[in-house]
Amino acid sequence: MAFSGAKIIQPLPLHTTIRSPNNPLLFDPFTSSPFLGSTRTLRLSQSISASQRRCASHIVAVSDVFKEKKLKSNTNLLLTKEEGLQVYEDMILGRAFEDMCAQMYYRGKMFGFVHLYNGQEAVSSGFIKLLKKEDSVVSTYRDHVHALSKGVPARAVMSELFGKKTGCCRGQGGSMHMFSAEHNVLGGFAFIGEGIPVATGAAFASKYRREVLKEADCDHVTLAFFGDGTCNNGQFFECLNMAALWKLPIIFVVENNLWAIGMSHLRSTSDPEIWKKGPAFGMPGVHVDGMDVLKVREVAKEAIGRARRGEGPTLVECETYRFRGHSLADPDELRDPAEKARYAARDPITALKKYLIESKLANEAELLAIEKKIEEVVEDAVEFADESPAPSRSQLLENVFADPRGFGIGPDGSYRCEDPKFTEGTAQV
Amino acid sequence: MASIFQGVGTATTLSSSASFDSNKFHPSSRRSLSERKVSFLVVRSDAAKMNPGLNKIGGRADQLVTNAVATKPDTSAASTAASKSGHELLLFEALREGLEEEMERDSRVCIIGEDVGHYGGSYKVSKGLAPKYGDLRVLDTPIAENAFTGMGIGAAMMGLRPIIEGMNMGFLLLAFNQISNNCGMLHYTSGGQFKIPVVIRGPGGVGRQLGAEHSQRLESYFQSIPGIQMVACSTPYNAKGLMKAAIRSDNPVILFEHVLLYNLKETIPDEEYVLNLEEAEMVRPGEHVTILTYSRMRYHVMQAAKTLVNKGYDPEVIDIRSLKPFDLHMIGNSVKKTHRVLIVEECMRTGGIGASLTAAINENFQDFLDAPIVCLSSQDVPTPYAGTLEEWTVVQPPQIVAAVEQLCR
Repeated sequence: MAFSGAKIIQPLPLHTTIRSPNNPLLFDPFTSSPFLGSTRTLRLSQSISASQRRCASHIVAVSDVFKEKKLKSNTNLLLTKEEGLQVYEDMILGRAFEDMCAQMYYRGKMFGFVHLYNGQEAVSSGFIKLLKKEDSVVSTYRDHVHALSKGVPARAVMSELFGKKTGCCRGQGGSMHMFSAEHNVLGGFAFIGEGIPVATGAAFASKYRREVLKEADCDHVTLAFFGDGTCNNGQFFECLNMAALWKLPIIFVVENNLWAIGMSHLRSTSDPEIWKKGPAFGMPGVHVDGMDVLKVREVAKEAIGRARRGEGPTLVECETYRFRGHSLADPDELRDPAEKARYAARDPITALKKYLIESKLANEAELLAIEKKIEEVVEDAVEFADESPAPSRSQLLENVFADPRGFGIGPDGSYRCEDPKFTEGTAQV
Repeated sequence: MASIFQGVGTATTLSSSASFDSNKFHPSSRRSLSERKVSFLVVRSDAAKMNPGLNKIGGRADQLVTNAVATKPDTSAASTAASKSGHELLLFEALREGLEEEMERDSRVCIIGEDVGHYGGSYKVSKGLAPKYGDLRVLDTPIAENAFTGMGIGAAMMGLRPIIEGMNMGFLLLAFNQISNNCGMLHYTSGGQFKIPVVIRGPGGVGRQLGAEHSQRLESYFQSIPGIQMVACSTPYNAKGLMKAAIRSDNPVILFEHVLLYNLKETIPDEEYVLNLEEAEMVRPGEHVTILTYSRMRYHVMQAAKTLVNKGYDPEVIDIRSLKPFDLHMIGNSVKKTHRVLIVEECMRTGGIGASLTAAINENFQDFLDAPIVCLSSQDVPTPYAGTLEEWTVVQPPQIVAAVEQLCR
């Protein structure tokens, strides 16, 4: 059966290859378009108690059926060739860029804390490639690829990482603060959880525009990306509550890669199934295989559609994995090599490549061409960043205030920002 | 100018029979609904008459004229306008007027906070606005300061102009993450791409036996955050003007109101006016000593000024209003004239606004000082509940008088 992608009317029959035989297919009786059912639970075998089953009536998750679907013939294609190539290119860009970051870091071109996204590309590409330019993305410190997926040029991101004035934030933000007003990337945040309220605010602004300012066609949605560690943080829960309360057009995307630096998700979380926390606040909670970009994309379509129609927020938990350490400073000694190997075998790029070829959407040559093209893009970005100048002293005091009168009135009666030395960056403020 | 200070004394509330509207005074309590509903008029049992001169601490009972107006008429246009026409209102009403005018003028202005909507604000600053503008423009939030402050910041980044209310300034400690990292720094870390035109406001300061946690002075904690401005209002006139200025500013501004000043009454102009966020206010010109103060302590200073005038001194009183940045022009001109500085603040001795101001004046006007700067601050103690103890934690007029006498010796 063909997937329209917009509204999935019938739930597919449950089929699972995973443990936990106790989980029945759970439908959300309150929406007419339930997600496809899945029973995949996390690494623990848990039986759902009767009370959980009641609360869980809002929850549906994505089926393993997808995996089987992908291997079938052309009539079951999940995306067009054009979409397939677009997603593939985006994932290759993410991977190549991050690999180049690692190289550049060890060559002393970038400093500080740099957190790479290798292995999680399916989540970024799966979600962000469905967005419009006016939609917003809010991320964490692991934000390079979110920015790239949203459309921020690789040159701007690399320059920012090199601390050059041509960076997307003029070199003032760095790896953990990728912003783009043009592409509506609202950061880049160093503390976990602090971006979620900002995302909630962006969603609130969208609703405000529609209902107060009467911009009738304003249906902009916001995606908030964050990790498993953040899901134990107060700001996460506070925002789930407010988003559901006011039916804000936001999707909370949990990139559960199982590790918060060296803290395993299972050691820090009383109930590790994060998707269940959605229904506790009155929104659907969905669990999806985050190593499979097609599954992510299907869930994303549904969630984004919900938000655009004004039906409110969704919590999507993506099971994913980072192939590298938490940051380039992390020796990554705690994680079991067998676990890493298992996930490496589920590399999302390899999986998509296989799908595209087997479903005859693309051939090897086309995909190789994309890889080559991206290689050039990334090298060009490095060259551009290398040749760009560092910020001059004059930039030091700019941008502290949107209105620089905020630096106040000096002893001579004029505003500090009127001091000629202000633009040189040497004024006393 | 404010003609309210008959009741301002050492230990009394700002009540004069004419101007205190007890029904409108609602202390905010975080959890207890019953406390909120009680309106009270605090009268010290040992100050039998509302005699402003009586003070128990120093034992000096200066019997001052009860109807005396605290200030010399100042020459600002505002007061002359006010004396000709204008309307009389209480400080919280002035704040509301400022809010309403700005909401009327720009539909992107909205209010976010606890009980700002249907309840009308725990100090009635936003009363009547939710019925007028709707539940989305005057948003009642759940009790989640960090999250709703961040939400206001995110909305501001996307073009709205939210006013975020902390029901008590102390509650904003829970929003410190958002205020420091996002409110203050985000414009910079985004390379100037996003501006955060929020106003964060609420009542703070030491009230009337509200207990330690409800009696905090957040201005001393927030002052180091780069990228924010802080102002403190003290009269209905400057409350309205600063509120409007803060809303119109593209910078994040923290507007500090004081729990005890909401019922001050003053006549303010009918015409629209907006004050300057970065300027200080000359309260009483003088020659002998510069007294720098803000918020509630302005009234203790003016109370002391009456005594000082009777004793033959001529203090110059400046309400600094802009806590960050300091108006070094008005302050500097005053120092150059009087050569002696007394700072009277409600912050604690350690790390308060007074400490920063002392450093700034020393740095900039060292050559003009005839004596070291004296800074009177609250004690470095959690504000006690007991009335007597509470009185001793904050600066009282007799201390101010003594300090000036010492300074001018």
